[in-house]
Amino acid sequence: MTNPATGARPGSVALPSKVPMEAAVDTRPPHRSCRDRFAVGHGLRTWWTMLAICLEERLVYRGDFALGTLMRFLPIVTQLFLWTAVFNATNQTDIAGYSRNDMVAYYLLTMVTRAFSSMPGLAGGISRSVRDGSVKKYLVQPVDYLSYLLAARIAHKLVYYAVAILPFAVVFFVFRSYFPPLPAAATVLAFTVSLALSFLLGFFMEATLGMLGFWFLEVSSIVFAYMLVQYLLSGHMFPLDMLNGIASGIPGISVGNLVGWLPFEYTAYFPAAIWLGKIRGNDLVRKLAIEAAWTIAMAILCRIAWNRGTRRYSAFGG
Amino acid sequence: MKRYASIFATFARACLVRDMTFRVNFLLECVTSIGWMSMNLAFYLLIFTFTPEIGLHTGWTREPFFAFVATGLIINSIVQALFMPSAEELTEMVRSGGLDGVLVQPLDAQFLLSMHRVDFSAFANGFIGIGLLAWAIVRMDATPTPLAWLLYPLLIVCGVAILYSLVIMLAAATILMGRNQSLYDFWFYLTNFSRYPAEIYAGPWGSPLRTLCTFVIPILLVVNVPARVIAMPLEGQAVGMVLAPMIAAAASLALSRVVFLAAISRYRSASS
Repeated sequence: MTNPATGARPGSVALPSKVPMEAAVDTRPPHRSCRDRFAVGHGLRTWWTMLAICLEERLVYRGDFALGTLMRFLPIVTQLFLWTAVFNATNQTDIAGYSRNDMVAYYLLTMVTRAFSSMPGLAGGISRSVRDGSVKKYLVQPVDYLSYLLAARIAHKLVYYAVAILPFAVVFFVFRSYFPPLPAAATVLAFTVSLALSFLLGFFMEATLGMLGFWFLEVSSIVFAYMLVQYLLSGHMFPLDMLNGIASGIPGISVGNLVGWLPFEYTAYFPAAIWLGKIRGNDLVRKLAIEAAWTIAMAILCRIAWNRGTRRYSAFGG
Repeated sequence: MKRYASIFATFARACLVRDMTFRVNFLLECVTSIGWMSMNLAFYLLIFTFTPEIGLHTGWTREPFFAFVATGLIINSIVQALFMPSAEELTEMVRSGGLDGVLVQPLDAQFLLSMHRVDFSAFANGFIGIGLLAWAIVRMDATPTPLAWLLYPLLIVCGVAILYSLVIMLAAATILMGRNQSLYDFWFYLTNFSRYPAEIYAGPWGSPLRTLCTFVIPILLVVNVPARVIAMPLEGQAVGMVLAPMIAAAASLALSRVVFLAAISRYRSASS
């Protein structure tokens, strides 16, 4: 499937700068000058329009959204009581280097991390658009599907944070005694960088998964399996340090080591562990670099999957 | 009643045919739900490598705790298989106006909305639950008495009834709110409280929570009572403990029916 106007494959049509003027979708108010179309900022404006549309779309059902946000804290309450009961029954003051307070703080921090890295509905949405054919509008419009998805996701997250900041602030204030003293500025910076990267990593991992829809029409089971692995190995369920003492069967290598070689821990465990001071110094720098490398690798993989997928894609129906 | 049974059988057959049409997907669903459960079991096993008991002197050591988990699996698999797939569809039906089609059918709307889809793959976890229960019981110090065996299935039915009522009430909320994508999440988070023994809810914050989740939203009775009956010896206060879920089940079924009918009477069609 080649675009007759540009001679380019659909995957690359998407970049607005490569599209001839008459094919471009002008979403700006009509009084602007036509010369604007050639402005360098055009791509950026298209992107900004996509972001604005998505923001409005997200805010339509804000009641439902706020309710959803509040409920996300309920499992933390259960975890708090569970770990209190566990620490009561054991005579140790720490488990895998975590005190009870650390444990509670850890779960709260993974909530923050997951707020950045989790991408609900992304993979399913992509595969659905392949299955029902709606993806073809991105093949003929001068809008890059991946950029659109990223903009939509940023909008989604921005609205989420706008709504969630209040419940998050309240919960963190209530649980403030569980947290260690505020870490140094460098740690906070590393935490912020790791969070931003975890957003991108989470996005590209799930988007790549959604691209599997080009090969398998029904990916919901694969997505679910991914979510399971992700939930367990990201450290969302428990601090991954708990796995360090578990033998993997390979001499000298624990299950914790094996999990550390995968990208999942960067989407929940890593930022939380940074804040709690469990990862410091050279280790911290090395792991941040690995996180960045995983993010780039996943972005490339995602683009390859999109290009290959659209090449074999055939649309049915009108 | 007989008519409803035969209609339900037809629904179930149609769903089974659909599931068997996409056999690989069905198998994958079974495997993933078993995967999810195994992951939770792994987490509990991991916890028990650090502690002998969940809560000091609560009696929830490894084997009784796994009997508890197994009970939760059995109850949840029944609810997930019979009621959740239909309830999940309701959200979209309200928004798109598809609910109109249901209301004009010569059938009870609650029956049709809560039972027209059966997810057979959800039973997989129930079977694993039964296996896990057997594993735990043969390893426990106290074997369950015949009375406990008699009460256990009955209490499981009560637990399912309580959760079903909850699903119906959430469905009613969906009808009133127009759209409620959080329905499934809410159900997940609320039932999350029933995943652990009630004893963990202790202290100045835990005790009121435990009271709330026992007497107001009887979610703690769902798994706790049958699990306690099968995993621990029945003691003095057992009669009250066993009666509580039965009363709660009857009351919540009645309440959910009232709430559902009230919601339906306020429903304004979304279609033209």
